Amino acid sequence: MAQELATKDTRDVAETNGDANRRAMAFTPAVDIFEHDETTVIVADMPGVSPDDVDVTLERQVLTLRGKVHPYTPKGYRRLSSEYREGDYVRIFTLSDEIDQAKINAEFKNGVLRLELPRSAETKPKKISVKAA
Amino acid sequence: MLQPVFSPLNNGDPFADMRRMQSAMNRLFEGARAPGQSATYPPVNFWAGEDSIVMTTELPGLTDQDIELTVKDTMLSIRGTYAEPESGDDIVWHRRERVDGSFLRSVELPFRVNPDHIDARFENGVLTVEMQRPEDDKPKRIEIKTT
Repeated sequence: MAQELATKDTRDVAETNGDANRRAMAFTPAVDIFEHDETTVIVADMPGVSPDDVDVTLERQVLTLRGKVHPYTPKGYRRLSSEYREGDYVRIFTLSDEIDQAKINAEFKNGVLRLELPRSAETKPKKISVKAA
Repeated sequence: MLQPVFSPLNNGDPFADMRRMQSAMNRLFEGARAPGQSATYPPVNFWAGEDSIVMTTELPGLTDQDIELTVKDTMLSIRGTYAEPESGDDIVWHRRERVDGSFLRSVELPFRVNPDHIDARFENGVLTVEMQRPEDDKPKRIEIKTT
């Protein structure tokens, strides 16, 4: 299963580290996480991100999901009202299981990232037989 | 001097009660504004041009087939249904934050739009609708004569 790393509760806007003058914001994408048949599936909403701008990294057990958004401004138009804001997406998880890196399946469709993370063979629970003394 | 937490009669600040009420009201409405459960889903952005208007909204996970867009006079309605989340006996859920179910939102446009000249696109989970003001509805410029 996946444990979330360093996010502020109830806030869906994460501050970017370092340069405070940068007005760019990173949003926390909504995710669904479930497990079935030795596979952890993470589904993340990243509307406005094109498939080439999605970046998924797995380093040791730290899984980072990133999506870059190019804010949309129609030419010759001025902003009238806005109910939502656009910005990049970042979300970091630590995975409690060893993942078989070669078998990770990632697909991005209609602004949704779907990651399938199969558990690697050596971390599958092994039965240890207890000998009677 | 230390003031007791709640003293309705002996209170230097006549607005304290009002503020307390206000923060209680804010707390009450906070729950209703949780993502996905908002009364006005999906949130929309509007852009105004000379004689046209653009609306954008984020609908991640839908396809163009799942969205129904209708316009009548100055009312634009967006209707859609998200796919059922995966189910099965062997599924163990850890997190469920994404929106599901169906929604309907109607928004009032600042002017009538020509229903034959609407350009709607759906790309990467974002719906963009460009609407034109009909010719007979455009404001006419009136010339002012000088004597």
